[in-house]
Amino acid sequence: MSDFPFLDVAIFVPLGGAVLIGLIPKDRHDVIRWASLFVTLAAFAVTLGVLVNFETSSADFQLGSQAEWIKDWGISYSTGIDGISLFMVMLTSFLMPLCVLVSWRIETRVKPYFIFLLALETGMLGVFSALDMFLFYLFWEASLVPMYFLIGMWGYQNRLYAAMKFFLFTLVGSLLMLVAILFLYFAAGDPSFGYRELLGTPLALDTQRLLFLAFFASFAVKVPLVPLHTWLPDAHTEAPTAGSVMLAAVLLKMGAYGLIRFGIPLFPDAARELVPVIMGLAIVGIIYGALVAAMQKDLKRLIAYSSVAHLGFVVLGIFVGSLQGMSGGILQMVNHGLSTGALFMLVGMLYDRRHTRQIADFGGLGKSAPIIAGLFLFVALSSIGLPGLNGFVGEFLILVGTYVRYSWWVVPATFGVVLAAIYLLWAYQRVFQGPLTSEPNRTMPDINVREVIMLAPLLALIVFIGVYPKPFLDRINPSAEKVVRQLNDSSVIPQEGLAGEVP
Amino acid sequence: MNGSFFLAAEAAASSRDGFITSLMWLVPLLPFVSTIAIGFFGKKTKSGGSTIGIFAVGTAFVISLLGFIDLASGAHAVEKAWTWFQLGDPGGHGAESGGLVLQFGMNYDFLTGIMFVVVTGISLMVHIYSTGYMHDDSRYTWFFTALSLFTGSMLLLVIANNLMQALVGWEGVGVCSYFLIGHYWEEKENSSAAIKAFITTRIGDVGFLFGIFGLFIIGGTFNIPELNHLAEDGAIGGTTLMIAALLLFLGPVGKSAQFPLHVWLPDAMAGPTPVSALIHAATMVVAGIYLVARMLPVYEAAGAALDVVAIVAAITMLIAAGLAVIQDDIKRVLAYSTISQLGYMMAALGVGAYTAGIFHLFTHAVFKALLFLGAGSLIHAVHSNNMSDMGGLRKYMPHTYKTFMIGSLALAGIFPFAGFFSKDEILASSLHHAVDGSPAGWIVFVVGMLTAFLTALYVTRMVIKTFFGDFRGHGEPHESPGSMVTPLWILAIGSATVGLLGIPVIGVFQDWITLPGEEHHAFSFGYNIILPAVTMVLAGFAGWLGYLMFYKDRIKVDILGSPFAWAYRFLENKYYLDDIYMGGVIRPVQYPIARFTYWTNQHILDGVVNGVAAGTIAVADQTYDKLDQKGIDYLVNGAAGLTGVSGGLLKYIQSGNIQRYAAVLFAAVAIFVALLALT
Repeated sequence: MSDFPFLDVAIFVPLGGAVLIGLIPKDRHDVIRWASLFVTLAAFAVTLGVLVNFETSSADFQLGSQAEWIKDWGISYSTGIDGISLFMVMLTSFLMPLCVLVSWRIETRVKPYFIFLLALETGMLGVFSALDMFLFYLFWEASLVPMYFLIGMWGYQNRLYAAMKFFLFTLVGSLLMLVAILFLYFAAGDPSFGYRELLGTPLALDTQRLLFLAFFASFAVKVPLVPLHTWLPDAHTEAPTAGSVMLAAVLLKMGAYGLIRFGIPLFPDAARELVPVIMGLAIVGIIYGALVAAMQKDLKRLIAYSSVAHLGFVVLGIFVGSLQGMSGGILQMVNHGLSTGALFMLVGMLYDRRHTRQIADFGGLGKSAPIIAGLFLFVALSSIGLPGLNGFVGEFLILVGTYVRYSWWVVPATFGVVLAAIYLLWAYQRVFQGPLTSEPNRTMPDINVREVIMLAPLLALIVFIGVYPKPFLDRINPSAEKVVRQLNDSSVIPQEGLAGEVP
Repeated sequence: MNGSFFLAAEAAASSRDGFITSLMWLVPLLPFVSTIAIGFFGKKTKSGGSTIGIFAVGTAFVISLLGFIDLASGAHAVEKAWTWFQLGDPGGHGAESGGLVLQFGMNYDFLTGIMFVVVTGISLMVHIYSTGYMHDDSRYTWFFTALSLFTGSMLLLVIANNLMQALVGWEGVGVCSYFLIGHYWEEKENSSAAIKAFITTRIGDVGFLFGIFGLFIIGGTFNIPELNHLAEDGAIGGTTLMIAALLLFLGPVGKSAQFPLHVWLPDAMAGPTPVSALIHAATMVVAGIYLVARMLPVYEAAGAALDVVAIVAAITMLIAAGLAVIQDDIKRVLAYSTISQLGYMMAALGVGAYTAGIFHLFTHAVFKALLFLGAGSLIHAVHSNNMSDMGGLRKYMPHTYKTFMIGSLALAGIFPFAGFFSKDEILASSLHHAVDGSPAGWIVFVVGMLTAFLTALYVTRMVIKTFFGDFRGHGEPHESPGSMVTPLWILAIGSATVGLLGIPVIGVFQDWITLPGEEHHAFSFGYNIILPAVTMVLAGFAGWLGYLMFYKDRIKVDILGSPFAWAYRFLENKYYLDDIYMGGVIRPVQYPIARFTYWTNQHILDGVVNGVAAGTIAVADQTYDKLDQKGIDYLVNGAAGLTGVSGGLLKYIQSGNIQRYAAVLFAAVAIFVALLALT
C-alpha cells in the first residue's frame, strides 16, 4: 500500500470533487452539500494513509513524487512532506469536512460556494506539499483566490472592503516573493525551481538579506506579524464562518510554514542576522494582539485579534533557535488551528441564532444555552493554555525554548499568557454569564446535532494533544531539529546567548 | 488509636516494599474517573451524580489511609515515573542540548501520605455536606463534576515527583477554583470574583513558571527529589538558585494568598460555602505551602530566599488577622483568618520548621473546614452571610453551635484543641531559630505572638456575634439536615483530637513528617511549658477584651471619634491595597494603554492602509482603463480568455467597485504570466 501516492491523490481529490460538483444542477442544494461532505471526507481518508505511512523518525521528505513538467524552465511537479508539513496537511484535511458541516446552512449560491471551498483545500494541501518553488507559488496563489471570493461573496456587511484588503495585502507580499523566487532561479547554477536543488545555493550575504526580506514580506503578511496584520481582523470578521475557520486555522499557518520551510533553510545567514528583529516583532505581536483583543466590542473581532497574539508565539518559537521552541511552535500551529477554529465555529453558532456579534447584545447565555457556554469556556481555556489541553504543551515548549536561549526575553511573552486569560474570560463573562436580560437571549436554542458533530472531533483532539502530545512531537522533532541546526549553524549568534549562562 | 500509630511508627526502622504504597496512583485517578462519569452520566442518575463522586472520593480516602498505615508500619517511600513526552536525545537531559524530558510520576512518602489523607478526607466531608447544602441548586451535577475534578487535580499536584506535573495539577486546581467561585454566575459580582482569583494567582504563576525554568537550567531536571539532592549536596546554589527559588515562590504567594497577592481570597468567598471549605481553606490554598515544603532543601540552599519567605509570611499573618477583626461577613472573617493561618504555615517553613509547618497545615485543614462548613450551616439557616443578621443562634442550632465552638477553640489555639499544639510548635520553633541568632526568627516569633492575640480576639467576636445575644435576622432559623450536621461532628471530633498526634516528645507526627537533617529540639521546660502558658494567657486576655468590646460594648471600636477610628478606617479599606492595584495597575492597563494601542491600530496603521488602498484604487482605475482594457488584453492572449471566464464568476458580485478590483486582480495575474513568459 505504501507505494500508493497518498499525498498526491489527497491534493487533487478536492479539485476533482469540485469539478464533479460543477456538473450537479445548481438548485440541488442538498446533493451539493452531501457531495462536498463526501469529497472532503474522502480527502481526509486519503491523508490518513499519509499519516499511517509516514516514517516517524525521519527528517527527510517522504511520500511525495517527482515528475518533469516544464523541462525547459526547470519546473517540475515535485511533492513530499516531512514532520513540519505533515500535521499541516492533516489539519487541513481534518478541518475541511467540519467546515462543510459549518456551511450546511448556506442558502445563497450554494454551488459556487462549495466549489470554492474545495478548490481552497487543494490549494492549501498543495502549499504544504510542494517541493518546487514554481508549484509552491502556484498553489500559494491558488489558495488566495477562492478565499477572496468566499469572503467577498458570502461574507457579512462589510465584506467587499475586507475581501479587497485581504487580497491586496497578500498579493503585494506574494509579488515580492515571486521576484525573489525568480532571482533564486537564475542564481542557481543549473536553473531549477526545485526546492531541494535550490537549498544550499551559495549567495552573498547582501543578496541573502534582500531575498530573505522578500520572502519574509510575503510570509509576515500572512502570519500576520504586527504591523502587517490589519487585514486580518476585517477578513476574519467579515468572512463566513467556514472562511474564518480556514483563514485562522490554515491560511495563517501558510505564513509560518513558509518561514520554516523557505525563509530559514534557503537564507540561513540572513535569517540568523534578523532573529532579534523578528523575535521583537513576535513579542510585540503577542502583547499588542492581546491588548487590542481586550478592547473589542465584537466577539468575532476579539478572536481575530487573539490570533495575532497566538501567531506571535508561533513565530517566537520558530526563531529562538532551540528545539523546544521550534517543535513547540510547530505544534502550536496545530493547536491554534484547533482552538481558534472551534472558537470561530462557536461564534458562528451564536451569530446564526442571534444575528449579531456584538458582545453587548449577549449576556446570561449560560442559562439558555448551557452546552454552548460550556464548550466555549472549554475551548477558551485551551486557548489560554490550561494544562491538560493542547495549548499548554505548545506554549510551554515555546516559553522554555525561549528561556534557555534568551532568558529574560521570555518575560513579556509570558505576560501575554496572563493577558489571554483576561480577554477571553472577560468575554466569556459578558456573553455567557450575568442575568438573561433580553427576550431573544432567553429563548436562544442550545446546540443541535449537526453542531455537535462538527465540534466533537475538535474537542477530542484538543484533549488528546493536551494529554498525550507524544505522537505529534515524535513526528515533528526530527524535521524541527534539522531546521534549528540550519538556523544556528554558524557563529553569527554570539555564544553568550547560549543556555546555561543565566545572569 | 494513638497507640497503634505509635507502635506503627516505631516499626518504621525496618523498611520493606509496600503493596498498597505502590498503588497510590489510584488515589488521583479515582476522582478523575468520577469527573468523567459525573460529567457524562451524572444527570441520568437519581442522585444527580453526587453518589459517584462520594464513592470515588470515599474509596480514595480509604486507600489513602491504608497507604499511610502501610508507610507508618514500615513500607518504603515510592518514586516511579513514566515518560510523558520528550524532545531530542534522551541521554541529553539538560537544556543545552535543546532536549527535554517530561514525566508523569508518583512520589509517595509521608508528606504525600498526610496530604492525601487531608485532601481526600476533607473532600469526602465536603461532598457529603454538599448533598444537603446544594440540594436545590440548578447546577447540582456540574457542581459535583467540578468538585471531583478539583480533588483529582489537587492529588495530582501532591503526588508529583516533578515540577511540570506539579504545574499541571496547580493550574488544574486554579481553574476549578475559577469554576466554583463563579458558581452563582448570574450575578456579575461573583463571576468577577472568579476572574479576579484566576488572574491574580496566574500573575504569581508567571513567576512560578520562570522559577521552574530557572531550576531546569541550573539543575538540568524538573525532578523534585533530584533537585533537592543537588541542593543538599551543594551542587547548586548561589545567586542564580536564590533568584530561581524566589521566582518559584511567587507561585505559592498567589496560590496560598500571601501578601501582596492575597487580595483574591476574600472575594473568592462568593462561591458556595462548601467550596470555600474545601478549596479556599483546607486544600488548594495550602498547595503553595506544600510546594515550599517539598522544595525546602532547595530553599535552604538558596541563600536569603528562605528569609524572604519568612518575612512575607509574617506580614501576611499580621495584616490578615487585623482585617479579620472588622469584617461583618462571617465568610470573610474566616477568609482573612485563613490567610493569616497560611502565613503561620509559610512562616514556619521560612524558619526551617518543616514539621511544625506541615503539622499546622494538617490541623488547620480540619478545624478550618469545620468552621467553614459551620458557617455554611448558619448561612443556610438565616439566608445571609452577615453576622449583623445573626446572633443568639446557639438556641436554634445546637449542633452547629457546639461544633463551631470546638472549631473556634482550635483556631484560637486553646489547650487541648488541635490548633494549640500546631501553633505552639511554630512559635517554639521560631523562638529557637531566633535564639540561634536569626533576625527572621525574631520577626516570626514576635509577629506570631501578636497574631495569636488578634486571632483569639476575632474568634471571640465572631462567636459572640453569631451565637450570643438576640437573633437579629428574619424568620425562624432551623438546624441544618443530617447530611450537613454529620460532617460537622466528624470534623469537630478531629479538631478536638488531631493535635494530640503532635504533642511534644510523645506525639508521632514528628516521626512521620521530618526532613533528613532537621533537628528536633528536645523537650525543654522553657519552650514546652512556659511559652504555651504565655500564649494561653495572651489568648485569654484577648478573649476577655473581645467580651468587653463586642458583648458588653464597654469599648467602642467601630464608630467615628473613638481612638480606634483611624485604624478602623484603614482596616476597612483593606490597607488600600485593592485601590492601589486598581488605580495603579489595572486601570492604566485597561484604559490608557489598551485604548492607546487600539487607537493606534485603528487610526495610524489602518489609516496608512486605507490611504494606500485609496491611492491604489486610483492607480488601479487608470490601469484598468488604460492599460488593461487597451493594452494587456491583446498583448497576452491567455489573459483575455481568463477575463472572459472571470466575467461569469463576477456576475455574482453586485458592486461595481468590486468588479473593478477583480479586474485589477486579473490584470495582475496577466502581468505575472507575461513576466514568466518573457523571462
